[in-house]
Amino acid sequence: MGERKLMRGNEVIAEAAIRAGCECYFAYPITPQAELLEHMARNMPRLGRTFVQAESEIGAINMLYGAAAAGVRAMTSSSSPGISLKQEGISYIAGSNLPAVIVNIMRGGPGLGDIAPAQGDYFQATKGGGHGDYRMIVLGPSTVPEAGELTILAFDLADKYRVPVMILADGMLGQMMEPVELPDPVDPATLPKKDWALTGAKGRDPNIILSFDLDPEVLKQMNLVLQEKYRKIEDNEARYEEYQTDDADIVIAAYGTVARIAKTVVRRARAEGIKLGLFRPITLWPFPYEPLRELASRVKTVLTVEMSAGQMWEDVRLAVAERAETPFYGEMGGVVTTPKKILSEVRKYAR
Amino acid sequence: MERSVIIAGFGGQGVILAGKILAQAGMDHGLEVTWLPSYGPEMRGGTANCTVVLSEEPVGSPIVDEPTDLVAMNLPSLDKFEPMVARDGTIVMNRSLIERDLERTDVRPYLVDVHPLAEEAGSSRAINMVALGAYLKATGVVPLEVVKGAMARMLEEGGKGKFVPMNEKALELGYEAV
Repeated sequence: MGERKLMRGNEVIAEAAIRAGCECYFAYPITPQAELLEHMARNMPRLGRTFVQAESEIGAINMLYGAAAAGVRAMTSSSSPGISLKQEGISYIAGSNLPAVIVNIMRGGPGLGDIAPAQGDYFQATKGGGHGDYRMIVLGPSTVPEAGELTILAFDLADKYRVPVMILADGMLGQMMEPVELPDPVDPATLPKKDWALTGAKGRDPNIILSFDLDPEVLKQMNLVLQEKYRKIEDNEARYEEYQTDDADIVIAAYGTVARIAKTVVRRARAEGIKLGLFRPITLWPFPYEPLRELASRVKTVLTVEMSAGQMWEDVRLAVAERAETPFYGEMGGVVTTPKKILSEVRKYAR
Repeated sequence: MERSVIIAGFGGQGVILAGKILAQAGMDHGLEVTWLPSYGPEMRGGTANCTVVLSEEPVGSPIVDEPTDLVAMNLPSLDKFEPMVARDGTIVMNRSLIERDLERTDVRPYLVDVHPLAEEAGSSRAINMVALGAYLKATGVVPLEVVKGAMARMLEEGGKGKFVPMNEKALELGYEAV
């Protein structure tokens, strides 16, 4: 580990990608993730790696598709409206069994929305914003250091399963600074070999990468391969954090920056005698259904808090399955929730 | 112990940089810190602000609805944030631009005539460091010498090392004004 440095979330994601061995980065600028692109623009050429400011988000995602097919670690980043433009490409990458990392620093929507922090892209990220039966691993960092750790994990999981992985954070995490200790760069020799990649067929049979077959039976088989992979990911990769849940009567379910705001709420609520805990999914897909279900059977209330109209809330209710009451509190349009607002919601459910 | 300060003013008054320097110094001093800027349209000519949280524990919320402290560099910032400050909190206010007195009587006010002190340090642009110096003395949250060191390093990294002595002087003048 290196020295402790004060860095922005956007810069930490970029620097962590570089240290994870990201060889190619393609993006089109958009607030509030501009510093990510700027960090890559400054550093990738200096390291002899590829930085392209694409002509559009659609250009960038398809460059990512190509780089991933060529077997290198590659990434793109954007914010909500730009991520919408990338959905077709994400579906192709998933359908082609390719590893790639996509960063969404969410802002207020729908449409052009605004540039303030929001969490309105949960459905798009976790339920499939593009077409077809595909999934994407979605990681929701809550702090700046965790954004770095999860970026490195994103590259590892993408390679392990040959799937696209998304870092889903919001503008607040992108813009804020916090001390981080970045890990040492990975040794490229230790990365998994990609014998499926398009590296030139001289002296071997050609590799073919496609998300297409006109024969429905063949395409069905291709789908079954994907589904088998997704079940394996669901079984092995769900990650979450529980905070002060041991004796809790009420639990907040929240992810990303809202979850860290909720940690302050837990401390304040406990100071006034409310037994409050926090359940924080780290992987949004696969969602940690089983641990939340188990927790829900021990508490009275699972209060979902999001900066959306209630998107993760649907997964929370699937997990809780009426073992506890499941109210919701959310803000929209880039309005950021605060400890006071959440605490006043919590008080409604305290005995 | 956790302190949280909102530093607010017009765009161009250096409040974002003052907050960064405070956060860096807090980290250098061994504290957990977060720095959260306003990055919306208000950055373009209107009011700007940032929130710094300094704590001995890992910081939960980087967004603060009841700051322990406020540094208000102009009237709109005082109007907006004065009601939010926690009871017994500290308000450092730029007396050079703000004519009205505080409405709150349950906070500790520090009215600093920032502009003449910045001129004395060498430039009106150093008002942010004068205000930060005053804030450090008023709260004792991080030692002045640690802040000087963080400021010098950040300016040098940004290629602005020649402004370090002036900004040191401004920090000192603000510190002594309280």
